[in-house]
Formats: sequence, structure tokens, C-alpha cells
Amino acid sequence: MEREQDNIINDITSGEYKYGFYTDIETEKIPKGLNEDTIRLISEKKGEPEWLLEFRLKSFRHWLTMKMPGWAHLKIPEIDFQDIIYYAAPKQEPAPESLDDIDPELKKTFDKLGIPLEEQKRLTGVVAVDAVMDSVSVKTTFKETLAELGIIFCSFSEAVREYPDLVKRYMGTVVPYTDNFFAALNSAVFSDGSFCYIPKGVRCPMELSTYFRINAANTGQFERTLLVADEESYVSYLEGCTAPMRDENQLHAAIVEIIAEKNASVKYSTVQNWYPGDREGRGGIFNFVTKRGICRGDNSKISWTQVETGSAITWKYPSCILRGDNSTGEFYSVAVTNNHQQADTGTKMIHIGKNTKSTIVSKGISAGHGQNSYRGLVKVLKNASNSRNFSQCDSLLLGDKCGAHTFPYLEVDNQTAIVEHEATTSKIGEDQIFYCNQRGISTEDAIGLIVNGYAREVLNKLPMEFAVEAQKLLQISLEGSVG
Amino acid sequence: MNGKSGVSDFFSRLYYENIGRIGESSTPIINSFRKEAIEKFNLLGVPTKKMESYKYTNLETFFRHDYQSYFIPEASHFRKAEEFRCDVTELDAHGIVLMNGFYPTINGKLRELPGGIIIGSLNAAARKYPDLIEKHYGKYARSDSDGLIHLNTAMVPDGVFIFVPRGSVPGKPVQVVNLVDSEQDTFDQHRKLIIVEENAECSLIICDHTMSPQRFLTNAVLEIHVAENSSFDLIRVQNEHNNACKVTHTFIHQERNSRVTSGIITLHGGLVRNNTYHRLNGEGADCNSYGLSLADKWQHIDNYVSVDHASPNCTSNQLFKGVFDDVSTGAFNGRIHVAPDAQGTVAYQKNNSILLTDQARMDTKPQLEIYADDVKCSHGATVGQLDNDALFYMQSRGIDKRQALLMLMFGFAHEVTRNLKVDALRERIDGLIMQRLRGELSQCASCMVKCV
Amino acid sequence: MLSIKNLEAGINGKMILKGINLEIKAGEIHAIMGPNGSGKSTLAAVLAGRDFIEISGGTVTYMGNDLLQMAPEDRSKEGIFLGFQYPVEIPGVSMVNFIKTAVNEHRKHRGLAPLSASDFLKLMQEKKELVEIDSKLANRSVNEGFSGGEKKKNEIFQMAMLEPKLAILDETDSGLDIDALRIVANGVNRLRKPDNASIVITHYQRLLDYIIPDVVHVLYDGRIVKTAGKELALELEEKGYDWIKQELYNHN
Repeated sequence: MEREQDNIINDITSGEYKYGFYTDIETEKIPKGLNEDTIRLISEKKGEPEWLLEFRLKSFRHWLTMKMPGWAHLKIPEIDFQDIIYYAAPKQEPAPESLDDIDPELKKTFDKLGIPLEEQKRLTGVVAVDAVMDSVSVKTTFKETLAELGIIFCSFSEAVREYPDLVKRYMGTVVPYTDNFFAALNSAVFSDGSFCYIPKGVRCPMELSTYFRINAANTGQFERTLLVADEESYVSYLEGCTAPMRDENQLHAAIVEIIAEKNASVKYSTVQNWYPGDREGRGGIFNFVTKRGICRGDNSKISWTQVETGSAITWKYPSCILRGDNSTGEFYSVAVTNNHQQADTGTKMIHIGKNTKSTIVSKGISAGHGQNSYRGLVKVLKNASNSRNFSQCDSLLLGDKCGAHTFPYLEVDNQTAIVEHEATTSKIGEDQIFYCNQRGISTEDAIGLIVNGYAREVLNKLPMEFAVEAQKLLQISLEGSVG
Repeated sequence: MNGKSGVSDFFSRLYYENIGRIGESSTPIINSFRKEAIEKFNLLGVPTKKMESYKYTNLETFFRHDYQSYFIPEASHFRKAEEFRCDVTELDAHGIVLMNGFYPTINGKLRELPGGIIIGSLNAAARKYPDLIEKHYGKYARSDSDGLIHLNTAMVPDGVFIFVPRGSVPGKPVQVVNLVDSEQDTFDQHRKLIIVEENAECSLIICDHTMSPQRFLTNAVLEIHVAENSSFDLIRVQNEHNNACKVTHTFIHQERNSRVTSGIITLHGGLVRNNTYHRLNGEGADCNSYGLSLADKWQHIDNYVSVDHASPNCTSNQLFKGVFDDVSTGAFNGRIHVAPDAQGTVAYQKNNSILLTDQARMDTKPQLEIYADDVKCSHGATVGQLDNDALFYMQSRGIDKRQALLMLMFGFAHEVTRNLKVDALRERIDGLIMQRLRGELSQCASCMVKCV
Repeated sequence: MLSIKNLEAGINGKMILKGINLEIKAGEIHAIMGPNGSGKSTLAAVLAGRDFIEISGGTVTYMGNDLLQMAPEDRSKEGIFLGFQYPVEIPGVSMVNFIKTAVNEHRKHRGLAPLSASDFLKLMQEKKELVEIDSKLANRSVNEGFSGGEKKKNEIFQMAMLEPKLAILDETDSGLDIDALRIVANGVNRLRKPDNASIVITHYQRLLDYIIPDVVHVLYDGRIVKTAGKELALELEEKGYDWIKQELYNHN
């Protein structure tokens, strides 16, 4: 019985990465290496205004004074920052006017990934997509429809050109370039990304989505997302990501900034499926991401949902600064580490305003030799009266070579606050599997069922069409892993 | 990444200037550890807030202070030690008093009790039983991060030795009273080595007291070896004044099927940092680690607890609670580490704190690090206030609000104390807690210091 | 004994009691029935002095005093007992210590000396038998780990210990099996005296087979809409609360 389970686990976990193909497309790259000239070159290629170049250079100079953070529960190999290409773009000049102008290879790539560049209605609902390959945005769909409501949804580069005042006003206000090593690096070399502005009183009628694809070899991807929800507005935003299979490690260091004004509500969902490396731990993406939102206005809300199944190493802590009174922060996470994947992920909830509430639900799943850590900070400042936090951080272990770790930090400086943290770690119950077996369910299916049941609370928070994908992804990521 | 600073240099210099004198009054075995220890200390230094495990506790002010006395025992104070009587009259225990880290000569330096039990001075034991000391001394107190453990090993003058031989079951507990008493501000280091052999039992009570109002800094290391099928209970009651800083490092090493209960009750103290390291080194070992902190004024109490499940099928349970009044602050660092082969581990950890004022503060950091899959581990932490529903329930039975609050706080604390195994002492501690919660002085009657 | 006039109260700005009038005399048992959400538990909580309920109008006079001005513990000491629908668990506080403190507070209020340990134990023994409560419960923390039935029996035990003048039993029957129900009811009946009174709040008629009320009130949408003798309970049981709603509708 035990043996058989091990075999099945093995089969399940050895599932191949579906998105590992490479698109042979002409790519414009700049030479490897990082110095002020690289940054000037990137800025020049993008035709950026002087103020943005200045911001980049300031960030770069600050980055030079910083060291890579060593506190995470991760084994990170030495990264040679001079051995990375900081800008790569699919060649297509001039910028595509319509869908027909897009390189058919490119279109095929996104089709293969299941990302429609056509503005078609999918059965499950309408999603506007900004597709980013390597360093640049390829296409943003439904722009016109959204524009009618005053919603701005475009690539970051376009936003810099078309809406410089908005970008200037908000960029770097939530994640300053001094924030951490990777944020400084991103601020210096970021290539593209998405920009989104929801005007006062508008409920965005469709899901907005950015799809990131690393294609070129030896390149790093450094995108930036800036999402501003003005007063009384609502938006649900999704991001997805994949990369080809390569033996080398590739660096992804992104920044996401969210600003929620008074009574605004933002839901940000991520399905992260970067190439995780092979079964021996060769290759895979280093995913070092800084995501943070600020509930600036009263009664605002930011909700993060993430399903993290990819990347060789994940280092990310989507956070909420709860500054407005009665504001709410949420973090729902499922993180899977299989084979030799490592993840150190969690959140920070900073309670500044009165009556602020935060909820953290984190479900870690470790298999193979995977190491999965939850790291979270709940900080209640002196004036945050009647703040509430509840955290539930569970870990599930599949197999005896993996690890699950929990590092919560609770810092409470207000007497009226109530902060609660609970965590459990356990393996999948043999009695549960047996119970399923007894009802005629195979061990493999039983494990799938149990894992999905375990992650349900988080998956339920995803927009419907993504929940189904995430569920499948979860099963694929764990193929060959369960014990 | 170390906390090396001017303060560390000072202590390092202190070592090199005084090692001759320290060595003379000590024994070759203990001296043989000093050189390596000071070198490690030189590397690590006095912990600072930059260190993850000392993130919430600033030792700097106490370590930077210029103490007038660093190791010289004041012979005259031994008289006070001889006169000291624990006021828990119902408590029947083998008593030892340690004065400023030294073992005063009361009934000789070593006592042999029925059943082959030996208690007494560590130095004396090192002379008389070198094999025993050699086998255990310095074997459990190890750290790659905390320089203070090495500072203790480098310069410790003396301490307490307790030996319970195979199969021996002492009828009553051993009580060690640590007194600090000086007309000068004093830095005190001492050490305890407790060996409980196979199939034996030992119950140890440690009381920490300050006898004079001077500024004190104590850095104490406790090494305990609990052999197969043995049981060991430790109760530590800390009751020092607000001008004292106490740092303790307790290492409890457990072999197969051994059982350990450890309870640290901190009633009073200026700055208290207790490090408790449990290592479950043999299959089937069981460990319970409890702590209770009651702080007011500007006190700071920090408990660091590490439970290392190094063997399969061990069980552990941590319960630490705190009540923080006025501008006091608290911290809890709990860690459960489950080694790759430690299958069948069951480990729990709980930290609950209550803040009574808006100036009080609590930082808590319960951690799980798990490398085996067949485990049941959980932890929980809460910071909040007393339960309003419970308060109303009690009021609706006619109990006035103040009394109800007191009972609730006492009940909150009692969840820890009810686990203490020495009945006479538990009742006394409950009494002290009640007094403490009422805001009355909670010093033992024999204490001369009236802390305010 | 108790006189409620035009009582209005709510929670978080939402009005729940919309003008309650009720007179209770010594020796009487009143049943208050009503559908869920009609305000039964809110009324009980107001009488016991729960502070999150905002009182926006009306008066409550108890034994000639303004009840609403009294602290919860003073109401208790003056003889008001609330049997909670959901008795609270108080970890770490032993049942013995809890009830001893309560009894002695009551005694102090009446100018009596605290009970000696042996007298107290004797009293406890006697009362425990009344509700057939397990001796072991007394040594555990208040309500902690008690089953639903044990919690309710424990409420009646405390009532026996404190000998109230006015007992308010809030859904004491909910979650009880028929044996536990009989024990609880038996306890209540044996504690009945000519100079005390009870308010029995219940959703079902079942409890009233065992505790025979003198008066039955129906509370609906924050008002007492019908008052009659014990036969009203049976009628309600038979016709359900919709009947009342219908009748009200017809009146309007």
C-alpha cells in the first residue's frame, strides 16, 4: 500500500511543464551587463522622458549600495548581475496598429498559452488582456471598450507617454526605489508592464489581466505594474506568467503597486507558473517580486489572492498598508513547492488606521525536495484602535524529503487590537486516502481531491475562470509527488 | 552578521586582563573551555537587535553600563546567603543558595544525599568527579549565534552541580536560590550542570532574587542532561527588581523515553530574557515547556524557546502566556524544529498575551521549521484583551468588575501554573500571582528590597 | 416586582425592541415565546445589563429601583439571575472558585459573613444533587469543555446556589435531550417560591410541559403582540408563529 502510494506520488509529481516551449522569433536584445550606460540605453530605446531616466539612475545608484537580502529561508545561488541581458523585445517595427500587424509567431505563442489576443468573448466572461513578452507589451485588448468608462488600461510605456502626470504622481509611492534590493534593481531597469487607472465611481465591468511571458534566453524580466483605484471604484485584476524550459536560471524581479482611495476596492489575483526547473533542480525562474498595496482612503479594501506553483525560487510578500480608517486587507495564498523548488512567501499587514481589518489564509503544499516557508508580519501601530487580524497558515507535506516552515511576526502596539494566528502542519491523512479508496476513488484522485479541498478556501477567491485553471495547475504541479 | 561592538570589545578585554585570576580559582576541566569560548565570543559579540533572535530585545543599555564589580566575590555577603531562608514554609526541599554566582560554604562545598545524589559547587565537583564533569560540561550549551553563552563559558567562576545516579528517586526537590546582593553595581555569571542518569527522577526549583537595589546584570547558563527513561521537572521563579537584567540560557538535552517539564514564572524584573533550548535526542522523549510573564512599569520580558525534534516519535508542548500592564513590553520567540528523520513528531506551541493598557506592547514570533512529513504540528498566537463575554458572565453572577477582571487574569495565568508539579510551590506561586495582579508587592518576605 | 414600560433598545443603531410593556409579580412564571429574531434574547440581555445594547427609551423598574441604572453585578446581587443561552467558557477559572466568589459577594451584599469552606462545600453538595450535576464538573474550569447539556445544567446549578428573586432563563431548553430537559425543569420548579418569579424564554412549547407558566407572551418584531394563559403556548405549538403574523396582519 505504502509502496504503491509512493509510486503514484512519483507519477503525479513527475508531470511535465506544459508551457516549456520556446518561440523562435526575431528578438532585439541589448548586450549583457549592467551599468549606467545600460540604463541610458534602455531608457533611450523606450524613448523615455528625462524625469524617468533620472528616476532609473537614482535607483541604480542606490542599488549599488545594497546587498542581496539573506534573511529568507532560501538557498539562493550566487547571481551574476553582469551576466544578464536587461532588455529583449520581439522585433516588430513599427508598433502594431491592429491585430493583423502582430507577428503571427507571436500570436501563435499566446494562442498556445491560451491567452486570446483577439477581443473575443470567452464563454466564462470577458477579460481584457495586456500581453507582455520579455521586456515589452505586445498587445492590450478591449482598450476602447474600457476607455468609454474612463478606465485606462495600457502598457506601462504607453502610460509614461500618454499619462505622465498620473504615473509621476503614483509611481514609487507604495514601493519606493529604496525599499529593497530587488525593488531598487527593478526601478533601475524595468522594461514594461501594465498600468491601470479606474476613475472615481466606476466599477470595472470586466476582469483586467496581464500575461507575462519570458521567451528569450539569458534575459531577466523586470516589469512594473501600477494600479490606481480612485474613490468608490472597483476592479478585479489578474496576472499569469510562464517561461520556456531552460537549464539556466532566469531572474524575474517585478514590482506591483496598488493604490486604493476612499471606498475603493481592488482584488488582485496571481496565478504564477514560471518554469520551476527540472526534477533535479536544474534551471527555473528566480521570482523575486515586491508587491504592495496601500489602502489610502477610508473604507478601502485590497485583496491579494495568489496561486504559486512555478519558479525555482519564489520570494514575495504581497502586502497591505491599511492607512485609511475601516480599511481592509486580505491575503489568500496557495504555494506549491515540488522537486527542488523553494518558496519563501507571505504577507505584511500594517495596521495604521482605526478599525482596520486583515485576514490571512495561507496554504503551503510541499512535495519532493521542496521547501515551503510562510513568512508574515502583522503590525498594529499605536493609533490603530480596534484593529483585527486573523491568520491561518497551514502546511501540507507530501513525502518525507520536503520541508514546511512558518515564520509569523506579530507586533502589537495597541491595547484594543485583537491579533490571532493559527498554524498547523501535517501530512495528508492516510485515513482520508483510505476512506476515498473504500468509496472506490483511486489514490491518485484521492490526493488530488484532498489537496484541492485543502486549497479550496483560497481557490474560491479567484475569479471563476481562473479558479478552474488554478485547480488543474495545482494537480499538474503535484503530479508524481504525493505520499 | 554579528553584533560585535564596543561593548563586546570591553568584555573581551575583561577576559584577557583577568583570565589568570579566573583560572586560578577554577579547575582544569572548566578552564579548558575558556579559550575557545572567548574566541567564539569575539566573533559573535553581545547580541544586538539586528540579530533575528534578539529583534525585540535591546540588551545594550545593561551591557554598556559600567559595573563596579565583575567577578570578585564579596566574602562578607556569604553570611546573608547563610541566613537566607525561603519563605515557602511548606516546601520541603534540599536547598542551595548561590550568592553572586558563587557557592558559599554552607555544610561544605558538596553534599551527598541518600541514594547517591550529589549537590553542591560546580568547582568542587570538577575536582572530585572529573569524569562526570568531563563527560557533560559544555556539551549541551552550544550556539553559533548567541555570544553570551560563550561569554559565560569563558569567564564563569562557579555554579551548581547536581547529580542523580541511575535509578535514584530523591524524595524531595532540590531548590537553588540565586541571590544577587552587593553594594556595588554587579555583573554576575554562573553556571549549573545537572545530570539525571537512566531511570532516575529529579525535580529542581530555581528562584532568582535580588537582595539590594543596585544595578545587576546576570548571564546564567544551565546545562541539563536527562538520560533514558528519566524524568526531570524544572520550575524557575524570577522575582528581581526593576533595575536588574537577567539573561538565562537553559539547555535541556533529553534521551530516549525521558520526560521533561519546564516552567518559567517571571513575576518581576527590569529586563528578562530567557532562552530555553530543548533537544529531544532520543526516540519517545516528551517535553513540556511553560512560561508566564507578568510585567508592569517599564519592564521587558522576552522568552525564546526552541524545541528541537531530533528523533522520531517525540512529543512536545509549549505554552507561554503574558499579562502586560503600564508601559511594559513583552516578546516571545518560539521555535519548533523537526529534523528530516523525526517522523511521528507531535509538537504544539501556543503564545497568548494580554495588553492591559494602550502603552503596553507585545511582539510575538512563533515559528515552525519542519523537515519530516509524518508530523502533527501546530502553533497559535494571540494578542488581545480579556474576554468581555466572560467578564459580563461573571458580573451577572454578582461578582464586581474589578474582582472579575482579577479572576480572569488569574485564570489566564493559572492555565500555565496548573501544570507545575510541586504542589506547595504551585500554591505559593498562585498566591504570588494574585498579589502581583492586585498590584501588591510580590517579594518574598525575606527580601530586603522594596521594589516599586 | 418587575415593571417594564415602553422599553426601546437596539444594537449598532438597529432598533430591536420597539416598545415592550411587561409586569411581573412575585410568585409568577411568565413565558416569553416568539420566532427567531423577535428580540427575546435582547430583552434578557437588557434586563441583565449587557452594555453593547443601546437603550433609547422606556423604563424598567425592579423592586422599586431603576434597573437600567444598575451595574450588572448589582442587579445580580439584588436577585436577578440570567441563565445564558450560550454560557461562556472561562479557561483557567475553576467552577468552585467562581461560584464561591459569587456566593460570597451576594452574602456580603446582604451583610452576611462569607461561608466557611466546609459550609460552602455542604451547600454545593446539596445543590448539585438538585440538578444531578456531576461532581467532577465543579473542579473543571467554568464551562470549559462542558457538553451543551452540562452547560445548561450548570446554569441551573448556579441559579440554585444564588437563589435569585427573578430568574430569566434564556432558551435554557435549546440543545437539551428529554432527560436533561426534565432535570433542568425539575430544578427550576423546585426553586420556585411564593416570593420569587421567573421569566422563561423559549422558542418551543416543549419546556412549558415541564415548567407551567402563569402567563404566556408572544414577542414579535420587538413588541409583545399577544398575552394570554398557558393555553396560548399550546395554540402556538399547533398553529405556528405564522398564525400570529396573520392575525396581526388582519388587525392592521
